[in-house]
Amino acid sequence: MAAALLLSDLAAGAGGVISDILLGHDEHITRLRELGLVPGTRIRVVRRAPLGDPIEVSVRGSRLAMRRSEARHIHITTE
Amino acid sequence: MPAAAPASDLRTDKATRESVFALVGNPNCGKSTIFNALTGLKQKVANYPGVTVEKREGTCFNQHGKRIHLIDLPGTYSLNVHSPDEAVVRDVLLGRRADTPRPDAVILITDASNIERNLYLATQVLELGLPTLLVLNMTDVAEAKQWRIDVGKLSQRLGVSVVPMQATFGKGLVELKAAMSKLGSADFQPVSSNVHPARPSASGNELEARSPSQAGSLCHLPIPPDILGGLQQTRADLIRSGTVSENVSLLEPLYLISDHDPAHYGIEDSLVNRLAAAHDVLEKKLPGWEDRLAASRYEAVEKLLLDVLRRPERDESTTTDRLDSVFLHPIWGGVCMAAIMLAVFYMIFSVAEGPMDWIDKITGSTSGWIEANMPAGDLRDLIANGIIVGVGGIVKFLPQILMLFFLIGMMEDTGYMARVAFIMDKFMGRVGLNGRSFVPFFSSYACAVPGIMATRTIASPKDRLITILIAPLASCSARLPVYTLMIAAMFPANGVSTLQKASLMLSMYVLGTGGAFAFAWLFNSTMAKGRSSLMVLEMPTYKRPSLRHVARYMLERAKMFLVRAGTVILGLSILLWAAKTYPKPGTPEPADTAAKVAYRSSQLSHSFAGRAGHFIEPVIKPLGFDWKIGIGLISSFAAREFFVSTMGIIYAVEDDGDDNVEPLKQKLAEDRWPDGRPIFTPLACLSLMVFYVFAMQCLSTVAVVKRETNGWKWPIFQIAYMTAAAWLASFVVYQGGRLLGF
Repeated sequence: MAAALLLSDLAAGAGGVISDILLGHDEHITRLRELGLVPGTRIRVVRRAPLGDPIEVSVRGSRLAMRRSEARHIHITTE
Repeated sequence: MPAAAPASDLRTDKATRESVFALVGNPNCGKSTIFNALTGLKQKVANYPGVTVEKREGTCFNQHGKRIHLIDLPGTYSLNVHSPDEAVVRDVLLGRRADTPRPDAVILITDASNIERNLYLATQVLELGLPTLLVLNMTDVAEAKQWRIDVGKLSQRLGVSVVPMQATFGKGLVELKAAMSKLGSADFQPVSSNVHPARPSASGNELEARSPSQAGSLCHLPIPPDILGGLQQTRADLIRSGTVSENVSLLEPLYLISDHDPAHYGIEDSLVNRLAAAHDVLEKKLPGWEDRLAASRYEAVEKLLLDVLRRPERDESTTTDRLDSVFLHPIWGGVCMAAIMLAVFYMIFSVAEGPMDWIDKITGSTSGWIEANMPAGDLRDLIANGIIVGVGGIVKFLPQILMLFFLIGMMEDTGYMARVAFIMDKFMGRVGLNGRSFVPFFSSYACAVPGIMATRTIASPKDRLITILIAPLASCSARLPVYTLMIAAMFPANGVSTLQKASLMLSMYVLGTGGAFAFAWLFNSTMAKGRSSLMVLEMPTYKRPSLRHVARYMLERAKMFLVRAGTVILGLSILLWAAKTYPKPGTPEPADTAAKVAYRSSQLSHSFAGRAGHFIEPVIKPLGFDWKIGIGLISSFAAREFFVSTMGIIYAVEDDGDDNVEPLKQKLAEDRWPDGRPIFTPLACLSLMVFYVFAMQCLSTVAVVKRETNGWKWPIFQIAYMTAAAWLASFVVYQGGRLLGF
C-alpha cells in the first residue's frame, strides 16, 4: 500500500519515491532538483547525524546531507 | 600566459595563438588533481576581480607538444547560477569576463562513481556549443561498486570523446593529453556542431537539444508556440552581440535569462532589458519551467544510462560505508571527531610554537645586531624596530598557517571535512551558521589569521562572512600573555590556587565563545542581505590523500598570506612604530642601562602613541584604565602580546629576555591613581582581561579580513563592533563590580 510521508519522517535505512518538493524558496527547489531530487526519483535515508540532524540521503548514487527542516518539505511515497 | 595581445591579433593569429581550455566539473570530481597533473608547477592562483573566487590558471602541453592555456573553474553542480563561484563558471564559459579569455574548448570532468548527477552538468555544458571532451574520472571507485560503464557507447551517445581516468594514481593522463591534441587541432570537427540548436519537434511546439548521432535528446521542454518566436529572437540577438557562440542551443538563452545574479557581466545593456522581459513572459506562460527543464535533463540522463551503465541490483557496501559506520557512528563518530580536532588543535597550538619561538628569537637577535652595528639614528630605529619587527610579526604566523592548512588539506582531500561539517551542523546551526563554519572557527582558538583564511571552504557567502566576523572572538594564543600578566597582577604572590587561576583563564575562553555565538546569532538575524542558504552538502567518498596535492595547497595559502596580508601588516607595523617613536626628545639616549630604561619610558609617554594614550584616558577611565594602559591598548593594536612588552617599557622594567612577569607585576601593584587608589585592582585587571576577550587588537587579522572580504568595509565594521563590545563588556564588569563593592 502506498503511503504519503515526508522525507524527514523516514527512519535511517528507509526509502521511497519523491512525489513533490514544497519549499519556501523557488531557488532552493531548483537547486534540489538540479542535485537530482526530481519527482519520481528514489531516495533513501542512510543515517542521521550523531546529534540527530542533519540526515544523509542516497539519491541517484550520490550521498547528500540535508537538514531535517529542509527534508520536511520533500514529500515521498513508500510502497 | 602571454601578455594581453590586442584583440585583432587574437583573431588573425588564431592558428598560432595558445588555445584556451577550461576544466569544468562537479565539486569532488577530482578536477584539481587533474589540473595539477596536467600543469605541474606551471600554474598560478589569484582572485577573479571583484569577487572572492579563486582563479586558477596554468599551462600544459598536449601530446603533440603544443602549449595550452588551462583554466581550472570552480566546482559546480549546474550552470544555473546560485553562488558567486557558479557565476564565474558560467561567465567564463560564455566568454563574458573581460579578465579571462573565452575558452576554445572544455574538458568536462565527471566522477564515474556518481555518473548520474555528474552528467546533469554535462547536458548543460554540451549545449554551450563549445568543443568538449569528457573525462570519466575515478573509474576505480565505480569498479569497486561493481559498476560497468560502456565508454564507447557513452562517447557515441553524447557525441564527444570520453577518456576514462584514475587521476589519483596518474592513470589516463597520456590518453587525456592525446584527446586534447585532437580537440585542439584544426581538422577536428568540433562536437558543438553536432549539438543542434533546439528545434521544434513534430508537434511544432516542443524544443529539444539533441545530437543527431543518437536517438535520445539531452533535454526536452515544451514551449508554448506564442513565445517560441521571441526566444528564437533572443538567441539570435545573443549570438549577434557575441555573447554566446553560434552553436549554442536555444535552451542556453533560457539559462541566461534565468540568471539569479543581477550583474550580467558582458551582456549589452539593451539586451539585459530584453532578457528580463523574456524571462517574465516565460514565467507567466510556462510556470515552473526551470524545474521541468531540470527534470527533463535527468530523464534524458536516466535514458542514456540504461544503455551505458550496468550496476548491481543492490548497492554494494563500499569502503566509504564501512568507514562512515565508524566516523559517523552516534557515539564513536563524536569520539573520533573530538580526538581528531584535539590533535589538530595541539598541532597548531603546541607544535607550531617551537618554530614561532625561533622566529621570535631570530627577529630579536637581528634587531639587536642592527642596533649594535649601525650608527644610531632614525634609520637604524626604523630598520631594527619598525621593519624587522614588522617582518618578524608576519613570518611568525607561517608555522601555524602551514600546519593548519596541511591538516585542513588532509581533511578535505580524504573527504573527512564533510563529515566534520555533518556532525557539527546542528551545533553551529543553533546560531545560524552551518557545519562548514566549525573548523575555521575552531582553528581561530589558536590564531584567527589561518582560521579566517580557512573560511574559503564555506560555500554560503553569508555564513562565510559571519564566520569571518566572529572568528577573532575565539580567544587566540596571543591573548594568553595578557591573561597571564593580568592574572598574576590580580592575585597576591600566594594564597590563590593554580586551579582558581586556571578557572579564571577558562572563563575568558567561555566568555569569548559565548560572545562569538551571540554575535553570530545577531548578525544572522539582522543581516538582510544574503538570503538563507540551502544546507545541502555532498558527502564525498573517502579517498587516499595525495601528499603533493596537500603540500601544494598548504604552500599556496602560505604564499597568499605573505604576499597579500604581509604587505598590509608591514605597512601598519611601520606606522605604529612611528607613532611610538616620534616626536623624539631633544636629548640623546643615555648609555647607562638604568638611565636608558627610564629614558625609553619617558620617550614613549611623550610620543604620538603616548599622547594618544592620554587623549583616550577619559574614554577608558570608566573601565578602570589610566593613560598608561591606554598606551598599551594602542600599541597592542599591532598584536595583543605587545601589551606586555609595552607595559614593560612604560613601567621602565628592564627586559631580561625571559618571560618572567614578576618585576612588571611588582611595578603594576605599586602604581597609583593621582588620588592614591591603586590602579591595578583585581577588578581593573578583570576588566582589562574582558576587554581583550572582545577587542580586535590584531592588525594581521585586519589585513586578512580585508583580503578575504575584498575591501576595507568589513574589517572596519569588525574593528568597530568588537571595540564597542569590548568597551561595553569592560564597563559592565568594572562599574558593576564597583557597585557590588569590589
